[in-house]
Amino acid sequence: MTAVTERAVGAPLGRIEGPAKVTGAARYAAEYPVENLAHAWVIQSPVARGTLDGVVVDPTTEDKDLLAVLWHGNAPRLEESDDPELAVLQSARISYRGQALALVVARTPEAARRAAQVIRLEITEEPHDALLTADHPGLYTPEQVNPAFPAVTESGDVAGAFAAAPVTVDVTYRTPALHNNPMEPHATIAVWSGDDLVLYDSNQHPPGVAAAVGAVLGLPAERVHVITEHVGGGFGSKGTARPNAVLAALGARVVGRPVKLVLPRQALFSMVGYRTPTIQRIRLAAERDGTLTAIDHEAVEQTSRLYEFAEQTTVATRHMYAAPHRRTGHRLVRLDVPTPRWMRAPGEAPGMLGLECAMDELAERLGLDPIELRVRNEPRVEPESGVPFSSRHYLDCLREGAERFGWADRDPQPRRRREGAWWVGTGVAGATYPTMAQPSTARVRALPDGRYEVAVAATDIGTGARTILTQIAADELGVGVGRVHVRIGDSTLPMASVAGGSSGSASWGWAVTGACRALRESGSEEAVYDSTEEVQRQEKEGKHAYGAHFAEVRVDADTGEVRVSRLFGMYAVGRVLNPRTARSQFISGMTMGLGMALHEEGVLDPATGDWVNHDLAEYHVPAHADVESIEADWLDERDRAVNPMGSKGIGEIGIVGSPAAIVNAVWHATGVRVRDLPVRLDKLLPHLG
Amino acid sequence: MDLVVNGVEHALDLDPRTTLLDALREHLHLTGAKKGCDHGQCGACTVLLDGRRVNSCLILAISQQGVPVTTVEGLGTEREPHPVQQGFLDHDGFQCGYCTPGQICSAVGMLDEVARGWPSAVTRDGDDGPLDDAEIRERMSGNLCRCGAYANIVPAIAQAAGR
Ligand code: FES
Ligand code: FES
Repeated sequence: MTAVTERAVGAPLGRIEGPAKVTGAARYAAEYPVENLAHAWVIQSPVARGTLDGVVVDPTTEDKDLLAVLWHGNAPRLEESDDPELAVLQSARISYRGQALALVVARTPEAARRAAQVIRLEITEEPHDALLTADHPGLYTPEQVNPAFPAVTESGDVAGAFAAAPVTVDVTYRTPALHNNPMEPHATIAVWSGDDLVLYDSNQHPPGVAAAVGAVLGLPAERVHVITEHVGGGFGSKGTARPNAVLAALGARVVGRPVKLVLPRQALFSMVGYRTPTIQRIRLAAERDGTLTAIDHEAVEQTSRLYEFAEQTTVATRHMYAAPHRRTGHRLVRLDVPTPRWMRAPGEAPGMLGLECAMDELAERLGLDPIELRVRNEPRVEPESGVPFSSRHYLDCLREGAERFGWADRDPQPRRRREGAWWVGTGVAGATYPTMAQPSTARVRALPDGRYEVAVAATDIGTGARTILTQIAADELGVGVGRVHVRIGDSTLPMASVAGGSSGSASWGWAVTGACRALRESGSEEAVYDSTEEVQRQEKEGKHAYGAHFAEVRVDADTGEVRVSRLFGMYAVGRVLNPRTARSQFISGMTMGLGMALHEEGVLDPATGDWVNHDLAEYHVPAHADVESIEADWLDERDRAVNPMGSKGIGEIGIVGSPAAIVNAVWHATGVRVRDLPVRLDKLLPHLG
Repeated sequence: MDLVVNGVEHALDLDPRTTLLDALREHLHLTGAKKGCDHGQCGACTVLLDGRRVNSCLILAISQQGVPVTTVEGLGTEREPHPVQQGFLDHDGFQCGYCTPGQICSAVGMLDEVARGWPSAVTRDGDDGPLDDAEIRERMSGNLCRCGAYANIVPAIAQAAGR
């Protein structure tokens, strides 16, 4: 091997698949040309609760191109699954509006869609309950919250601390249901040959989808081949197999030809998960100098009748700030609603909205700068667990960010800056996200042409994973990036963990590093490395990424319209493997954070159990015109404890705290505390006059 | 019926309900144009119809017989990208890439609209300077990017516009 002195890791290498993506050559799940393809359309429940008693296909409207209509009365039986959402077309029970009740398969997409419109469902409707309230009689404490945290933690004497504290804050913040809405809808092409199944599927975890779909179909995972070369975003909603994969496989089985199922946009609001709405009560107790004596953070959330998903909303509060007396909790209620799931930074995104807005309110109460308040409550070890941090440069992010943003000359009083028609204000909020790594396996081969093939069943959902793994392998092998060919997006490659929890680069990079080292040291043509043992041997330390978000907003004094004129994020995320893709990850999260603060709101009508605004015209994701200036930068942080690359996850931290920075800036601009997201103009207008 | 796509004439036998987008994707296997919503709400399906940008999910293929259609595949190649494609590469104007062909076709159409002097909602009387960021943002707002690459797409387009 020739030595190259220049390191690939840390260089702003352009995305490997970039040219394919900008020319339309990159293939996403629904885009594989398959012979003899049939098309499916899913019929969703029009009621929130009840039973499906029959499906009637009217012979007068029956299309010659119709191939099959599947429902629980005639669909093949499936095996039990850990995920009841995958038990599609198995039961008469309707658990939520929008649940898949039938699948139409036809020769053409037009015929499938038309048939789905004229087929009649015979349904017995039952009364439903789809309204989350803070005092719902069905509230309970789950055994644990996502993925495996205790639901409640308590230490010290919280009640006593509040009784004794000279300054307290007791506020309730609400976040609405939020929808992942990746631009590529969930899609699957299912192709059977004998008992082997190929799925071209849009997901964040090909081996996981192969195992889950195999399990419900009664097939070993190796008979299911999942191909996921390019993915049009997921943000958590493609983290595990979704009903579309099983439906397509069933449809293809029954009609005896390959079947394509692309979920219509509207179905994404109910069939693939969303972020639960939260009602969070945050209580802070402090000395007059700002030292926190107690923190109490409790979240109320919903889940479906079908599946318990408990978002870990208050978990970040367990390690963010020091305080001797502390409590965090979660309570859930099962409603007749679609199942909530992972959406970008589950837990941290809504929880840090509550905590960081409450901190701003406390700073106001104390007459203290919000950054100084945070400085006074910086913990030396993880406050609840007592374990040391592997690295924590939160205060450096706040200080350096303040410097870059121009925080120093801010008038602490709200509603002081008026520029023409606009009230102008600034706000700050902290960010944190856990640093994780999961076991994965990678294989590297020396090819006869002098190149190296690196294989791992990872996916690139837009993060830059393919590019970063190329850089990691190039450095470990001591060759230029041009001699490394990374293969991902295929369940038959060596086992990889999910593209989730901001852990992809760490997990897969760890395995790739090991495989490349093994190849170099052994001098053989091929090496495989499984990181399981090393990953599990890791020190117990508090491993987190940190950041600080700064926002400047303008609020129109007459209309209440809010514009974010500047959003800046300063991060400490270990070693940045590729500054180009990293910056994109940060601004991506911050853009979604802007949407969370100002625009995004899934409105569930309690009368029907339906998402009223279930499309992209009425559920407003940020558009070009909403984004004025979004910038991100990072400190030079070294942390060798986290993984061999020294990197921390960066895909999610941008949405953590950025909404709070905007909400705090809106207060600073107007003097109005909006504690119910999103900050719509109708919530500001009555207070502006 | 005949569809003329990227300068090539195709004879197709289509269900009259087939949209231009489905004709491209399902029948011609030109999958550069993406389906994000099928309702004219996201811009992922943007193509150029006789040089003007349109949402191809809202157009019936049969109504466009013989009208020249340009898709992202017809703009440039991996070796010789169109200046707008090059701008997206240079500024990392995408992540998952799913909105990208629509953004690119839309930008090409938009730059032509600007060249013709068509105003936008933010154009003020007497504006005839170079295309500024606010104009780009306004004119591109029909193209959603859930990955939030907007802050990179604007300089990508500005570069292609020669700014
Ligand atoms: S697919 Fe045509 S606008 Fe969304
Ligand atoms: S790059 Fe993913 S939606 Fe725009």
